[in-house]
Amino acid sequence: MIPASFRYAAPQSVGEAVDLLAAHADAKVLAGGHSLLPLMKLRLAMPPVLVDINRIPGLDYIREDPQIEQLRVGALARHIDFERSQLIQDRYPLLWDAARGIGDPLVRNRGTLAGAVAHADPAADWPAALLAANASVVATSPRGERIIPLSEFFRAILTTALTPDELVTELRIPFPEPRSGGAYEKLERKVGDYAVIGVGVQLSLNAAGTIAKAGIGLCNAGSTSIRATEAAAYLVGKPPATDYINEAAQLAMQASDPIEDDRGPVDYKRAMVRELTRRALRRALARAEGGRP
Amino acid sequence: MSAPVEKMTVSLTVNGQSHTVEVEPRLLLVHLLREDLNLTGTHIGCDTSNCGACTVLLDGIQVKSCTLLGVQADGASIETVEGLEQNAQLHPLQEGFWQEHGLQCGFCTPGMLMTAKALLAENPSPTEAEIRRGISGNLCRCTGYVNIVKAIQYGAAKLRGEAGVSTQEAARA
Amino acid sequence: MPDATATLGGIGHSVKRKEDPRFLRGRGNYIDDIKLPGMVYMDIVRSPYAHARIKSIDASAALAIPGVAAVVTGKDLEAAGLAWMPTLMSDTQMVLPTDHVVYQSQEVAVVVAATRYAAADGAAAVEVEYEPLEPVVDPFKALEPDAPLVRPDKDKKSNHIWHWEAGDREATERAVAAADVVVAEDIYIPRIHVASIETCGCVANFDRVSGKLTVWMTTQAPHAIRTVFSLVSKIPESKIRVISPDIGGGFGGKVPVYPGYVCAVVAALTTGLPVKWIEDRSENLQADSFARDYHIRAELASDKSGKMQALRIKTLADHGAADAAANPSKFPAGLFSICTGSYDMPQAFVEVDGVYTNKPPGGVAYRCSFRVTEAVHTIERMVDSLALKLNMDPVELRQKNFIQPDQFPYRSCLGWEYDSGNYPAALQKALDKIGYADLRREQAEKRARGELMGIGISTFTEIVGAGPSNTFDILGIKMFDSAEIRVHPTGSAIVRIGVQTQGQGHETTFAQIVAEELGLPVENIEVEHGDTDTAPYGLGTYASRSTPTAGAATAMAARKIRDKAARLAAHLLECSVDDLEWKDYQFQVKGAPERARTMADLAFAAYTNHPQGMEAGLEAVCYYDPPNLTFPFGAYIAVVDIDRGTGEVHVRRFVAIDDCGTVINPMVVEGQIHGGLAMGLAPALYEQIWYDADGNMHGGTLMDYLVPTAMETPSWETDRTVTPSPHHPLGAKGVGESATVGAPPAIVNAVVDALSHLGITHVDIPMTPPRIWRILQEKGVAL
Repeated sequence: MIPASFRYAAPQSVGEAVDLLAAHADAKVLAGGHSLLPLMKLRLAMPPVLVDINRIPGLDYIREDPQIEQLRVGALARHIDFERSQLIQDRYPLLWDAARGIGDPLVRNRGTLAGAVAHADPAADWPAALLAANASVVATSPRGERIIPLSEFFRAILTTALTPDELVTELRIPFPEPRSGGAYEKLERKVGDYAVIGVGVQLSLNAAGTIAKAGIGLCNAGSTSIRATEAAAYLVGKPPATDYINEAAQLAMQASDPIEDDRGPVDYKRAMVRELTRRALRRALARAEGGRP
Repeated sequence: MSAPVEKMTVSLTVNGQSHTVEVEPRLLLVHLLREDLNLTGTHIGCDTSNCGACTVLLDGIQVKSCTLLGVQADGASIETVEGLEQNAQLHPLQEGFWQEHGLQCGFCTPGMLMTAKALLAENPSPTEAEIRRGISGNLCRCTGYVNIVKAIQYGAAKLRGEAGVSTQEAARA
Repeated sequence: MPDATATLGGIGHSVKRKEDPRFLRGRGNYIDDIKLPGMVYMDIVRSPYAHARIKSIDASAALAIPGVAAVVTGKDLEAAGLAWMPTLMSDTQMVLPTDHVVYQSQEVAVVVAATRYAAADGAAAVEVEYEPLEPVVDPFKALEPDAPLVRPDKDKKSNHIWHWEAGDREATERAVAAADVVVAEDIYIPRIHVASIETCGCVANFDRVSGKLTVWMTTQAPHAIRTVFSLVSKIPESKIRVISPDIGGGFGGKVPVYPGYVCAVVAALTTGLPVKWIEDRSENLQADSFARDYHIRAELASDKSGKMQALRIKTLADHGAADAAANPSKFPAGLFSICTGSYDMPQAFVEVDGVYTNKPPGGVAYRCSFRVTEAVHTIERMVDSLALKLNMDPVELRQKNFIQPDQFPYRSCLGWEYDSGNYPAALQKALDKIGYADLRREQAEKRARGELMGIGISTFTEIVGAGPSNTFDILGIKMFDSAEIRVHPTGSAIVRIGVQTQGQGHETTFAQIVAEELGLPVENIEVEHGDTDTAPYGLGTYASRSTPTAGAATAMAARKIRDKAARLAAHLLECSVDDLEWKDYQFQVKGAPERARTMADLAFAAYTNHPQGMEAGLEAVCYYDPPNLTFPFGAYIAVVDIDRGTGEVHVRRFVAIDDCGTVINPMVVEGQIHGGLAMGLAPALYEQIWYDADGNMHGGTLMDYLVPTAMETPSWETDRTVTPSPHHPLGAKGVGESATVGAPPAIVNAVVDALSHLGITHVDIPMTPPRIWRILQEKGVAL
């Protein structure tokens, strides 16, 4: 219940924050804190230095940038901000679904999208949703800024491509294509739990009515968040009909590698990848076709 | 970890009153409130951030005070259950919980009240489903939730300027 | 004539609770709110192993931490004869181990420090070296001859603790053998934990000048605890004060004596400082008393028309490393023999064997009424199983076998005398409320489309109010209960009772009893309890016993006061006592009602104008020995829909009709039902504690121990029937646990009903999505 001692800094700028990360090899970033602090309270994590970025102004934005045709999300945008955003609900329903299912309302008030990505827990919803959305990470260090496609970001469980002195300062999600839709399906044992399995889908239809582009992300289905590339590639050019949905779901299931734990045995989880992929595809397609399920 | 860490100064407003305390960085906000400020109305029910008994409002937003450090509240305005009653008048939500039997052992109640206050500030006319979703981060073992929903509906009605009518009125006659 | 009864707030009124003002304001006084000058904090070092020899304990790093004052181990306690303590079932349990540990998270050492944070640092710094031993996890394997011994300290070198049985074994065997139809099921009711939102803890303070030990404690039974502490420590009870302040939920989890309490008391005695111990939630889940863990094999026999002939049950009870269940001493399996249920059962035989395993001790801590949850789960499941076999509607089968209203008082073949009941009326009310016929039609339509919908019924009889002195005791202390009432000169009163609320509203409901009996307004009646220095001796609150025992004591004490008040009235009215009647809450002269005196008048007279020869004052005490238990009952119906894709069970509707006899406060009773239903839903669908082969616990934090939120919980639909208890002074029965008893089998029966056309006759709880999905998959109906 009581964390071990640590030193604490609350920088007022990104530059100050990354300088602190560079100076303290084992420092951890405190943003929403709802992954880190629980670990520290159980003494499963004992970072000697905590760098609290919550005081850095101007990082809580969610805005579209027509210059780069990307949605830009600042490091302090919280889950609740997505839930409340009309822009997100209208144009990024995949992100809207994902945000609404994270934790509980109290968690959503504090947790950040960037933090969830940087923490890289395969059980977190954001990474899977953002993989489906083909997002990229903007990482800032004392050496400058670089952009990392999310598909290259997750290396292993709780391990990312970030160097110790890098801070995730922004996430970027491509503008939605015309006739696109997205959805996130989360199976949880109860509200507030991590997903048993979560599946995010983003797709668009072309003028002929077949699938033009697709992205599928799997949550808690392996040791890292999974991009089901084969399943997504399969869908390109296919009509949005049941047989193809089922086949894509089957391929997504084959891309998954879940472990047996208190949330279920392996065969159940794999079957849920398939079932939730079907449900996410159906809803994404309905949204792409103009409905709002 | 062997060298003691310097204490830091935290200045915060709690229920309208200013306080300045010297705390270790690792001091949890819930302990700052309960121990340093003697506001024991906010309770601790778990150690994995699951139960919500510790809910307070930080700058108007409902948060789990066990999952925040005291130092993070520097400069903030905190509201706890002790601040709900104003000028010897119970807050409409407190009245609602009393009228509708929305509490039994009382341990989850402060957290429920603070969550409900924030919920109604954002959504003054919530449906039952919205109330249940709004309190889904607050566990109760005693009430089975039905009367908590009614208590919040009562409080919402009063906050909207309507008369508070208890569903228990018939059985009070 | 103004209606005095609403302002009086007597029996039957939904009086707003008198205890709420402090809770609403965050001014409750729970253990962790208590601060005393100089108070120090205690934290506990716990074993990561389920079974291990302790090779060494090195406290040096811990003692070097600033603020850490002491580290206490089993060897220290052994020197004072305190390394072991008795359990409430006359077993023994380690306070702290001297050489080996017997369950994961067992208390191994305690750290005392100036601050909570230093105590936590200290506990993390104590280094314990263990030699892991093979744990005993499977209770069946525990009985094999070559199984490692969990308790080598016991004379009986076996993991078998006790055997208990009830009924006629031979007659039941004959009846089963002769029956036309026999159904059998293996039922496992897994271990669960009550997880009240407040964990356990205490503040122990020993005043070296007066020699008095005061312990504020999360206890549901302060007097019994005081007596046990006295027997163990040899401090006289007059020098021990146990105080239950406000308690944040008990449900049975705050009855046992946990090692933490004893260690805190020892620390207080040795340091002379107040010592606070509050456990974390994980400690609470991992080490404190569990409930259930019954492996049941049941058989129900009937003739071909469905008339029940016999019930036979064999159970293995996994008790963990000690029998620390808080059962009445003659009932190691609690009141399990209520298992013949609401039915006129000609023969039954039930046997239970308790076994040791390397798990935390306990047994009855989850609102279970002393194993009635297990008994009712069994019979209600077997009834549905029989209905399936006979291809009979489960309603019809129940109605055919109910004990009929004219059969009460009814003596069951296992020896209980049910006081009153009307099972057909309760069931009919439930059927009408839920619209049973329509639901069956809907189910048929859905089934034709491949949709899985189920309707489940549970008609249960509870048994509460332990209990009569000829049968019931805990550690030899009889299970009476008590009330002491004192009326002040100006007509208000104080009531002290021997039971202990943990949210049940006693400060209101007991005041209502007195309001009703004495005609004094409820707001002028103060109820106190929980302080052993002032409250009369009682056995505490658990197993829904308060209203049946202390409620009766309160009524009887009030009637003693009324008897004296009658004599005062006769004195004031200058008539004889026989000329008076108690009517409209006052003494009236028969035939001349305008000549009357209220209790307030008489209270004043008791101090200012009592007749010569009569003692002043107006008070009474009653220690009530109930002549029997009481038998609340109910009819519950659940409607479920099963998601063929995920295996999730959705409880669409739940109707609960309860009968607890006379209802003191309808609002409070309804609240108890709501809460109990949630604690019935939880084990049915979500909660489970289990151990892997190495004795590691799963479900040991709230991340994995799934307490339902408002989203998982349906909107309960409740109603009642009222069938008073003929032997209780108020006609009241207990009710706190009825819903936890009745609800799980209703939900299981609904799920089985949804799947019965696939050949399913039973599903164990919790009916988690993976478990249901596997059934769907095996039957070829998973999506």
